[in-house]
Amino acid sequence: MSVVPGGDPWAVLRSATRARVALGRAGDGLPTARLLEFKAAHAAARDAVHTPLDPAALRAALPGHELLEVHSAAPDRSTYLQRPDLGRRLAEGTELPAGECDVAIVLADGLSPRAVHDHGPGLVTAVLDRLGGWTVGPLVLATQARVALGDPIGAALGARIVVVAIGERPGLSSADSLGLYLTWDPQPGRADSERNCISNVRPPHGLGYAEAAATLVALLGAARELGASGVVLKDEGPALPAAGG
Amino acid sequence: MTARRATLAGHTYEFPSLVELMAKATPARSGDVLAGCAAESEAERVAAQTVLADLPLATFLDEQVVGYDEDDVTRLVLDTHDPAAFAPVAALTVGAFREWLLVRAAEGDEAAISGLARGLTPEMVAAVSKLMRNADLVAVGRRTRVVTGLRSTLGLPGRLASRLQPNHPTDDAVGVTASILDGLLHGCGDAVIGINPATDSPAQTVALLELVDAVIARYEIPTQSCVLAHVTTTLRALDAGAPVDLVFQSVAGTQGGNEGFGVTLDQLREARAGALELGRGTVGSNVTYFETGQGSALSADAHRGIGGAPVDQQTLECRAYGVARAFDPLLVNTVVGFIGPEYLYDGKQVIRAGLEDHFCGKLLGLPMGVDVCYTNHTDVDGDDTDTLTLLLGAAGCSFVIAVPGSDDVMLHYQSLSFQDVLTARQVLDLRPAPEFEAWLQRMDLVDDAGRVRELTPDAPQAKALLAAAVGAPR
Repeated sequence: MSVVPGGDPWAVLRSATRARVALGRAGDGLPTARLLEFKAAHAAARDAVHTPLDPAALRAALPGHELLEVHSAAPDRSTYLQRPDLGRRLAEGTELPAGECDVAIVLADGLSPRAVHDHGPGLVTAVLDRLGGWTVGPLVLATQARVALGDPIGAALGARIVVVAIGERPGLSSADSLGLYLTWDPQPGRADSERNCISNVRPPHGLGYAEAAATLVALLGAARELGASGVVLKDEGPALPAAGG
Repeated sequence: MTARRATLAGHTYEFPSLVELMAKATPARSGDVLAGCAAESEAERVAAQTVLADLPLATFLDEQVVGYDEDDVTRLVLDTHDPAAFAPVAALTVGAFREWLLVRAAEGDEAAISGLARGLTPEMVAAVSKLMRNADLVAVGRRTRVVTGLRSTLGLPGRLASRLQPNHPTDDAVGVTASILDGLLHGCGDAVIGINPATDSPAQTVALLELVDAVIARYEIPTQSCVLAHVTTTLRALDAGAPVDLVFQSVAGTQGGNEGFGVTLDQLREARAGALELGRGTVGSNVTYFETGQGSALSADAHRGIGGAPVDQQTLECRAYGVARAFDPLLVNTVVGFIGPEYLYDGKQVIRAGLEDHFCGKLLGLPMGVDVCYTNHTDVDGDDTDTLTLLLGAAGCSFVIAVPGSDDVMLHYQSLSFQDVLTARQVLDLRPAPEFEAWLQRMDLVDDAGRVRELTPDAPQAKALLAAAVGAPR
């Protein structure tokens, strides 16, 4: 690295990291503007966790699609956060239409319903556009859901593969990140090592819809060919377009 | 063994095993509910505490929580128990032991409290902590003296050190350097300059070790570096001749938990011996660093004890300290709010756990620090971390962790800021480690009153530090 004589060395250092360096001080504390910037980022992340999923808005954003709603066994947000085991099971008495399909898609609130609101419809549309030749089950909207809730949903729908698009844990600078998890032959009890993941779907800062959908569909094809997903697919599957992020 | 029981308000509560008694006596936290071992009512919790208070401390030498034959942590603890150190409290019940500690703390008798360490087992310490209020944990923690050193001395009275954590999502050398300099300019880094590497490769670890070593050498900073890679990676770095000050490892309180971390006690012994051989210390020879955290055994599904019953997460955390103390560490810290709301749900639970961990670690003889931190799905914010930090400062905590602006851009969680460290030192009249404090004076980074100067980038001290850094050949 070259330093311009007389230039500001801090500018060089600051440009090399997103860390909050050189914030300045007020006494030993933070200047008010820096304090409020931090609080705003944390507030956005907190709100992303706690804003409930809005099924009506998602229906409106996905016209012409059959959309089923299910809930996990976690009755509310507080229970959901403390009992991940309940978020992996369907609420008692949940009924889904038995059938057969190649792939079922689940939109799950996860830790950021906001991610589903912001990126769910765009992502789903991009994926469906690329699934010619596949039979696709009804779209499922799942609340208080963990990734593994896709297993009983996919099993009930008779899906060969389930895709769960779920809100990821919000970071301080990324409250709206969507993750995609693909599981071959979904059944309750599948291990995380049997899934493949594409994370950080979050245009314009993260992965775009078209790019994510293309990677996902390539993974779906590879899983169908191999009859498996997870570590095996990553290790033995065909070359895939880079998922980025 | 007959069931232990207590009657409260006409209702009799029975505790068929020591494992259940310990779990039900634990102050409320989500991880014990998740594990299925928490008290089912507040009354049951107090009933369990009442039974626990009457239990002789020596019970824990005869009756195990996790079996001796199936767990190497239990064997390590019991095989190294020191009866002479235990003697002063050997005849006490858990409840009487709480009072014994509070009396010595009030008298300021640090020697009596600190001398117990090798005579206590993790379960004894966990048990007494379950009977203590937060202020009890602070009062006794403050009078439990554990002093360690390598190139700075940690744990002295009236001091609060800090780990400077300059993490970067891609381990970029300039980015890491920026955070290191920001921390040094704020008087932080006296416990260690410790990086969590983005990737756990031997080459990357060596590169980061050389980077920090060069900064420390260039400015002659009396501190140590650490790259928090897996111990097997550090062993490779040692083989490659890298400048390893500290061997790091995350540890848990059961053999299964440590297997989940992919670590054995033999590997830790080997790595410690390798680092000792380098002789990089100037004021001491403590060359290991451990991180722990309540819930780590449960998250690895390695939390069961006698009879297959789930052991409460706080008892398991104390057992992790039993592992750490066998390796004479320079630093140990709990990463208290990192693991998520399914283990510690909110500010109240995180604050309680942070104080417990500090107290229990110190009483077992560890140089205990705390990463006061939280994730965004936990009900914790900066007010809670302020509260815990100030309580820990009052409790004589050896060190805390600090990142630029509280925001760890690699691990995606919030820890303390450098400003938080300055504030705690100011409010509680605490100072950095003595060697590092002298260095701050030499570099003119503090004023005559010992306050860290607020320097603009064009101040001569800042300019010298910065220009040398960005001009440094890499």
